[in-house]
Amino acid sequence: MSIMVKVEEKLYQNRYIVDESRPHIQIKSVEACQTCEKQACTFCCPAACYSKNETGGVTLVTDGCLECGTCRVVCQDKGNIAWDYPRGGYGISYKFG
Amino acid sequence: MVEKFDAIVIGAGPSGNAATYTLAKQGLKVLQLERGEYPGAKNVQGGIMYSHELEKIIPDFRDDCPTERHIIEQRVWLLGEDSYVGTNYRSEAFNSDRPNRYTIIRANIDKWWGEQIRKVGGLQICETTVTELIRDPSGKVTGVRTDREGGEIHADVVIMADGVNALLAKRAGLQDEAAPENVALAVKEILFIDPELIQQRFGIKEDEGVVIEIMGKVTKGMVGTAFLYTNKESLTIGIGCLISDFKNGSCPPYRMLEDLKNHPVIKPLIEGAEMKEYAAHMIPEGGYKAVPQLYGDGWMVVGDAAHFNNAAHREGSNLAMASGRMAAETVIELKAAGKGYSASNLAAYKKKLDDSFVMKDLKKYRELPGIMHGNKQFFGAYPDEITAAAHNWFTVDSIDKKTKEKQIMKSFIKRRSVMGLVGDAIKLVRAVR
Repeated sequence: MSIMVKVEEKLYQNRYIVDESRPHIQIKSVEACQTCEKQACTFCCPAACYSKNETGGVTLVTDGCLECGTCRVVCQDKGNIAWDYPRGGYGISYKFG
Repeated sequence: MVEKFDAIVIGAGPSGNAATYTLAKQGLKVLQLERGEYPGAKNVQGGIMYSHELEKIIPDFRDDCPTERHIIEQRVWLLGEDSYVGTNYRSEAFNSDRPNRYTIIRANIDKWWGEQIRKVGGLQICETTVTELIRDPSGKVTGVRTDREGGEIHADVVIMADGVNALLAKRAGLQDEAAPENVALAVKEILFIDPELIQQRFGIKEDEGVVIEIMGKVTKGMVGTAFLYTNKESLTIGIGCLISDFKNGSCPPYRMLEDLKNHPVIKPLIEGAEMKEYAAHMIPEGGYKAVPQLYGDGWMVVGDAAHFNNAAHREGSNLAMASGRMAAETVIELKAAGKGYSASNLAAYKKKLDDSFVMKDLKKYRELPGIMHGNKQFFGAYPDEITAAAHNWFTVDSIDKKTKEKQIMKSFIKRRSVMGLVGDAIKLVRAVR
């Protein structure tokens, strides 16, 4: 039953106040992702912020982040994600929530 | 001169709002810090709001609280591939002057809370992220550091209402990171639609609402549930599963949500509606055994940050409001008695929780999270078998009923074995008794 879903189209409806060049989440070590078998962040993140890249690692773009915290929870054994809240007033701004 | 408060509350969700309002109403000098652009900007709820706990804090909330519809009908549906088996409960008695449950849009409610807090003299400051707790050499919490310039603020007691991520308590070593099997990820959309269509499709009048809680095929065997709620001019639809299951599966949450929206029994209900927002949020699901340390020298933790969520009954915001109120009442009582906020004095907060429905309900269901997590048949095999049994039973095809009964029994036994069925029954009883 699964159908193609463009998560970008969903995120497009949301309001974000982007903190240019100050991502609130960072991958600590590129190598740790390359040796990570599962790369669960790439299919658990509800905003698809994480994607597999051609070096066998993971690329993170936080612009669409919904600040749920799931990536931090799935990566806790590796501890390879530095997760912070955006600065006050920045990030996702839910109109309805 | 450094400004000092009686209490600082971190976060403007249901628990933080309840705590701040209760403290301010009693004349305490309270500061509430919220990282969002406005109160509610970071909050996500299904959402259903329960009146009883709100009434305890603001008895006449119905005068101006922007609720959506009061709920007159509750449906529980078990979805098969293209079917559902369900129960509905609807009553005219829910059309009282003081309805028990309302659907809500979270951001509207939090803005309203902000006004109520200002009215009683509380100070709410938004766009301010608390970065860490300030502690004296003995470890006592004496204030917070924020991301604003010169952003140190001191208080006699700090109430952490910073939600499910609870970064502050984790950073201070007061709480561990949540295990993936103790927290769910839920995604949802709000879909705007002509209210007339909502009323026709759900058989309700203006202001009346229907909520549907959903289990079965749509969670693809993962431990999780879905929902569809009626607001005034919109519907909210969402689905959530344990993060441990998302981690092992390979169906991303947004695809699961899209499949739910396209399920043959759901699709006609939302047809023609326009999606205006997509949200995601974690939900604490670990229950009683996952509740962290709740207080210490100069601090308390409330709401989702304290893992207060009754997954079995889908209650969270009322536990949040109750815990926020109880934390505030503890502060008020200690201040009146001229006592300080040492851990031993703040233990009174835990006592209040233990004596209330908050801890009593969590304790009652303490085995539920572990049993559900370890027994995925309740989310996969049973919904399949039950919907198949209903299909067999309600298809009239000249097969005698005794043979049909046998076919159905045989199918269940084939799937789970006789011992398996007995074991599952015992597990279910253990989970909820």
